[in-house]
Amino acid sequence: MFGSELITNSVENTKQSGPAIVPFITAGYPDKDSFLDLITALAKTADVIEIGVPFSDPMADGVTIQRSSHAAIESGVTLKWILEELKTLNTKTPIVLMSYLNPLYVYGYDQLVEASLEAGIDGFIIPDLPIEEGEEIREVFNKAKLAMIQLVTPATPENRINTIAKHSTGFLYAVTVKGVTGGNEGLSKEVVGYLETVKASSNIPVCAGFGVRSKADVELLEPYVDGIIIGSALVEAIEQKITATDFLNTLRA
Amino acid sequence: MDEKNKQLLTQLLSGELPDEHGRFGEFGGQYAPETLMPALKNLDKKVKTLLNDSAFQQDLSEELNQWAGRPTGLTYAKKLTELWGVKVYLKREDLTHTGAHKINNALGQALIAKQLNAKRVVAETGAGQHGVASAAACARVGIPCVVYMGAVDIERQAPNVDRMRQLGAEVVPVTAGDQTLRAAVDEAFRDWVSNPDDTYYILGSVVGPHPYPYMVRELQSIIGKEAKDQIIKATNGLPDAVFACVGGGSNAIGIFHAFLGDESVELIGIEAGGRSQKLGDNAATLASGKPGILHGTYSMLLHDEDGLVQETHSVSAGLDYPGVGPEHAFLQSIGRVTYTSAEDDEALEEVRACCSMEGILPALESAHAFVGAKKWAEGNQGKTIIIGLSGRGDKDMPTLSKVLKI
Repeated sequence: MFGSELITNSVENTKQSGPAIVPFITAGYPDKDSFLDLITALAKTADVIEIGVPFSDPMADGVTIQRSSHAAIESGVTLKWILEELKTLNTKTPIVLMSYLNPLYVYGYDQLVEASLEAGIDGFIIPDLPIEEGEEIREVFNKAKLAMIQLVTPATPENRINTIAKHSTGFLYAVTVKGVTGGNEGLSKEVVGYLETVKASSNIPVCAGFGVRSKADVELLEPYVDGIIIGSALVEAIEQKITATDFLNTLRA
Repeated sequence: MDEKNKQLLTQLLSGELPDEHGRFGEFGGQYAPETLMPALKNLDKKVKTLLNDSAFQQDLSEELNQWAGRPTGLTYAKKLTELWGVKVYLKREDLTHTGAHKINNALGQALIAKQLNAKRVVAETGAGQHGVASAAACARVGIPCVVYMGAVDIERQAPNVDRMRQLGAEVVPVTAGDQTLRAAVDEAFRDWVSNPDDTYYILGSVVGPHPYPYMVRELQSIIGKEAKDQIIKATNGLPDAVFACVGGGSNAIGIFHAFLGDESVELIGIEAGGRSQKLGDNAATLASGKPGILHGTYSMLLHDEDGLVQETHSVSAGLDYPGVGPEHAFLQSIGRVTYTSAEDDEALEEVRACCSMEGILPALESAHAFVGAKKWAEGNQGKTIIIGLSGRGDKDMPTLSKVLKI
């Protein structure tokens, strides 16, 4: 099993009780040498691992991911490097790449699929690619059984949530806030009604992310979704030399 | 132009392009985060309605006349004419309120924001001209305005920062990324993503996701409409060529559009050649870029083989941008507009010439257009041209003092 099927299966059959845990890290951050070790460590508890391809203009990201992306680019992390590195990785935990569209476009979609299959990548999240613009790349990914994980947000109207859910494979990414990644205002209770709508619209698992920082956030979201994505808070923990798995364990109920 | 390209141009002129997906041929589109998609769709609908609404057009037209100082003059540049051997006319956007063509767009969008019941406006600025125009237009229309500006630009365009604050805008320094226009656009988008319901984003050029390239072009095309009437009155005919500087490309598209259907009129856009032709040393996107996606649109872009957007350099903050409007990429691809570049030193020399010969201090951006015109004149003696003088150079005094030691 691989690709979108493996992602769906991993979110539905979690390693530990509770929601699926989907950590996000920026590739090659804080340093290139520890990249594979970090993934191997995360794979012990994570149900899916999301790896950020650093981009020069991360317009959907807050200060933390901007900082990690900038540092990674400075140290020479590129999509090519990530694909090369991942080839040597051996894990059963599905790997998803989060990338803005331009690096993928420049790489070439057909070549990308080929390299992704070689590198053991199971799917993609592309934050600046709305469904209207994604037809070509979806087709290429679908053919190769790679997941194209689409995002919905609290700004998305209900009928649009339905349409997006139909186009998503692997899982559906429910952004919990109107905003960029890494917010620290805390999640509002209003998110519940929205998540119920998303969950009802989707035939595949729903994972919630953006601004998840604490055990309380996880407890708030847990009843309504199948998985939780933790990005900026994890990157900040890593910056403070907290072991990634220890940090993820503090979020579990 | 071959038949296929002629047909594409006809489609553009008839309004079939941009199409319903916001495409000018292959360029354009809507590559925006999902949070903004409902707002963009709503804006698209509203823009089409308002731009065809006679009451809105009348409001806009009155404000352009009474408040913004339109129509702007077309000045016959006598001494440049003698020197270059072509008849030179200058379309004087430097004479508008706030001193550049930017006001045409900022005012139009502020009025649209009002119609959309926006509670606040965000804008980005490079040279500060769009920021000042947005601050002024928002004050006039009565909506609070936040302007994002790169820390590097804040330093080199200090007078404009004070003007924005005086006009009631909050100026937020952007220290991320390259700290210039591109980083300011990133940050304005982030603000909008965080406040998609009550905030309106006044994007300053013909870039960004659809409907911005279309809307901004419509709001700027008054430059070319006026210029065309004025040159016909002055010379009894069309010009042989029209020149404009291109950063994002709003003043250029504004002055070119009225002439696109006139086959005899050569249209030439001049980009920032910066220090050299090396990647990173200039902002000559159309001349040396490759297609790519930035800030919501598929257009020509200065990026490397890994798809990372490159830092740019230009002495003029307003041209210091790695992307360009998708309609320019389209016009280049069909061969209707030619794009060249002018280096920093050449532009500075034309600032001096325009000052001493015509008594006009042009913006550093506009001076790039003079460089292109001067070179073209060498092989086209006796012809008639219009140069888009997109803005005045008062804002450049800190740079000019440093570089030209004025």
